[in-house]
Amino acid sequence: MTSIWRRQSGWATPTLFILPAIILFGVVIVLSSLQSLWISLHDWDGMGAMTWVGLDNYRELFGDPQFFVSLKNNLIWLIIFMAAPPAGLGIALLVNQQIAGMRILKSLFFVPLVLASVAVGVVFTWVYTPGFGLLALIFSAFGATAPALLSDEHFVTFAVVFAALWPQIAFCMVLYLAGLNSLSSDLIGAGRVDGAKGWNMLRHVVLPQLTQVTFIAIAITAIGALRSFDMVSVMTQGGPFGSSSVLAYQMYEQSIFSYRFGYGAAIATVLLAIMAVFIAWYLSRIIRAEARS
Amino acid sequence: MYPRPIPPTARTERRLYLVLVIAILVVWLAPLFAIILTSFRSSADVANGNLWGWPTQFNLIDNYTGVFSRTPMAQYFLNSLLITVPSVIGVLVLSTLSGFVLAKYRFRGNMALFAVFVGGNFMPAQIMMIPVRDLMVRLGLYDTTFALIIFHVAFQTGFATLFMRNFVAALPDELFEAARAEGASPAQILRHVVFPLVRPAFAALAILTFTFIWNDYFWAVVLTISDTVKPVTAGLANLRGQYVSEWNIISAATMIVAVPPVVMFFLMQRHFIAGLTMGAVKG
Repeated sequence: MTSIWRRQSGWATPTLFILPAIILFGVVIVLSSLQSLWISLHDWDGMGAMTWVGLDNYRELFGDPQFFVSLKNNLIWLIIFMAAPPAGLGIALLVNQQIAGMRILKSLFFVPLVLASVAVGVVFTWVYTPGFGLLALIFSAFGATAPALLSDEHFVTFAVVFAALWPQIAFCMVLYLAGLNSLSSDLIGAGRVDGAKGWNMLRHVVLPQLTQVTFIAIAITAIGALRSFDMVSVMTQGGPFGSSSVLAYQMYEQSIFSYRFGYGAAIATVLLAIMAVFIAWYLSRIIRAEARS
Repeated sequence: MYPRPIPPTARTERRLYLVLVIAILVVWLAPLFAIILTSFRSSADVANGNLWGWPTQFNLIDNYTGVFSRTPMAQYFLNSLLITVPSVIGVLVLSTLSGFVLAKYRFRGNMALFAVFVGGNFMPAQIMMIPVRDLMVRLGLYDTTFALIIFHVAFQTGFATLFMRNFVAALPDELFEAARAEGASPAQILRHVVFPLVRPAFAALAILTFTFIWNDYFWAVVLTISDTVKPVTAGLANLRGQYVSEWNIISAATMIVAVPPVVMFFLMQRHFIAGLTMGAVKG
């Protein structure tokens, strides 16, 4: 009897320890996410009763031209964002030298990473401001006039993604710097003895040792690209005429401004389905690594 | 080391290399310089398009006091602190408890729980938006700092649990076995073994979650509407609409939003980087 009590009390405290985290995370994050799937099958203005509509929201979505604009923009984000890992690696290689003063320069390269995305959005809106901004200045130095990027439906998404790349490159650079510091000096030395240099060394000796870093950089960059909301909201509010909207922003707009919560939930569900591919890829790698250790 | 280090004897080469890096850095940070420079200027300079030449007058003090006296920025700043500081403390407490249990107790579902905590962190915010907003409305917390604190603690606990779990798991098992052999209860182990040893993890986690929460914009606009509750990020977005052409004021406001995380970063850089790259280099 006492031994059973002991064993139970041995479990009671740990359970008590983990319960607050489980309850809070379970209710606010997990349950909410599942609830959205349920809401997406209803018509709901956020206040009154929900009306069951089955898959109607999804049917409407696949006939909505704005949905395809947002989807296309999400794809543009995803593709251009893939420049962040190689660019981050490039800067990491550049600053990975032990020279007096290099440490502070390195830290300054990190700065965009800790800026609020709202701040980055404002900074680049200023850079792109027609007539005044940094871009206009550069163009006028060549005797040209800069296009008004943020009000041109063909350029706008590229302009926003380019701004968002700034902190993302800094993030990848941090990852790669950590990776470069954990390289095996034996392998590098052996490569040098074999006469490997520059590009060959990078490709055949260095990069193979950085696969874990590269994987994390790509996975997190992809997830970040698909999650993009702040920059679109701050820089363009999806405009002009919805041409720079992405799924995350369209969802917000439909729910908060048009009170179409069911439709919004359906957009969120589609976004989640797309992201689930990358999340599952990331999780399976992480868990396999855990199981090995 | 890769790339091959430039030898200390090659003085000129080293100096030239440093100049090259500085040149690239200047281009890299040019957008930021543009904002800093603008936050010094007078409205007259901005209106006349004198943005890169020498300022006709320095309005540094006027602009920054202007932000605080003409706009609710001081209130936003206070709100941000009232949201961020309690959230960070909440995250540290919850994740130490849960990370310790996940790291040192074997039970069925341990791995599944771990996966849920990690996976939840990568979800798009929009998938939780409607139910979370609805929950806060029903609890009567919508448009209060508590709504944001509760959400941030819940969300960041996912990442933080992963972080603390890995940190505690790396502590030697012998310590825990010795404590147990001496009859220490889980609470005592937590107090006398875990707490003293996880201090560096606390520092890393605190600076990371501070940055994440301070910089949050989405939940700020979803869960708050009043100026008395709004944090700086949502506040700045508001000011942009009100002070459309007063770029000197907007630039100063942007600096006020940007500075706290940057200062924290420079104070605790080592911890920040260690926290961010955890898991990236090992395994």
